[in-house]
Amino acid sequence: MKCFEEGIDGVFVAGCLEGECHFLVGNLQAKRRVQYVKKVLQSIGINPLRLEMYNLSAAMGARFTEITWEMTNRIKELGPNPVKTGRGREV
Amino acid sequence: MVVGEQKPLEEILKMIEPFDRLIIAGCKGCVAVCAAGGEREVRFLASAVRTARKAQGREIEIREVTLERQCDPEYVEQIRGFVYDYQAILSLACGVGVQYLAEHYGRIPALPGINTTFVGGAEKQGVWSEKCQCCGNCVLHLTGGICPITRCSKSLLNGPCGGSSNGRCEIDPQVTCGWQLILERLKELEQMDRYLEIIPPKDWSQSRDGGPRKIIREDLLR
Repeated sequence: MKCFEEGIDGVFVAGCLEGECHFLVGNLQAKRRVQYVKKVLQSIGINPLRLEMYNLSAAMGARFTEITWEMTNRIKELGPNPVKTGRGREV
Repeated sequence: MVVGEQKPLEEILKMIEPFDRLIIAGCKGCVAVCAAGGEREVRFLASAVRTARKAQGREIEIREVTLERQCDPEYVEQIRGFVYDYQAILSLACGVGVQYLAEHYGRIPALPGINTTFVGGAEKQGVWSEKCQCCGNCVLHLTGGICPITRCSKSLLNGPCGGSSNGRCEIDPQVTCGWQLILERLKELEQMDRYLEIIPPKDWSQSRDGGPRKIIREDLLR
């Protein structure tokens, strides 16, 4: 939430593949929290697509590149965080 | 403990709309345990509110504070030094806390950030259920430790009723029949003779039905 407050345009949370978390269920808890924050973003008028969770292993370099491009292009399309423009709700 | 949940953010934002200087006051008691109004929730909500305001091109100054409890005057007094520098207090405590703040700091509005819902406990992480109705006259020793007022949809003292079927309540198949649970517990405790004793009609004047209640302990007064 702090990231969006400070004007960050997009955040992606990278967790381990489901079932392969070293902390057993840490990535599942993170998934639920990300879902919660997406709902909060929606209710304050910030597009929840600015936040996303992806699951991948640290060895999946190609997939990481794919995700980075995907997220970058998504955020470019959405434009700057409304916090920076002050133009009101985007959703 | 008292269990509640945070009001929808849209409702909170509407409530605080007129204010640009706000205290968000959490509580380290019950609401922290049920993740509705503790220090983490204060921090998160303050960030969400600031973000919402910035997106509208407005600023808001928020003072985040989390009191030990908001149901004791000594703790509520701890914010007296700065409270009137702000225009309103959004309390994330239960209804008691909001009222204490309103009483102590009458010159500014005290707003409820959570809906106080029931007295209960945790079933597992993230799940809380109602266990006690604060009826003022506990009969748990007669019902194997299971409350008929809370767990029976009709608050029967001598159940089950004809609507109990396969251990479920007639109001909703998801709801367990409280009296079924009581009977099973009494059997386990070998106290079925207790079941044969009729519990007399409840004196509801000891409950909220008799008006707001107060307890005075003469031995603790100063």
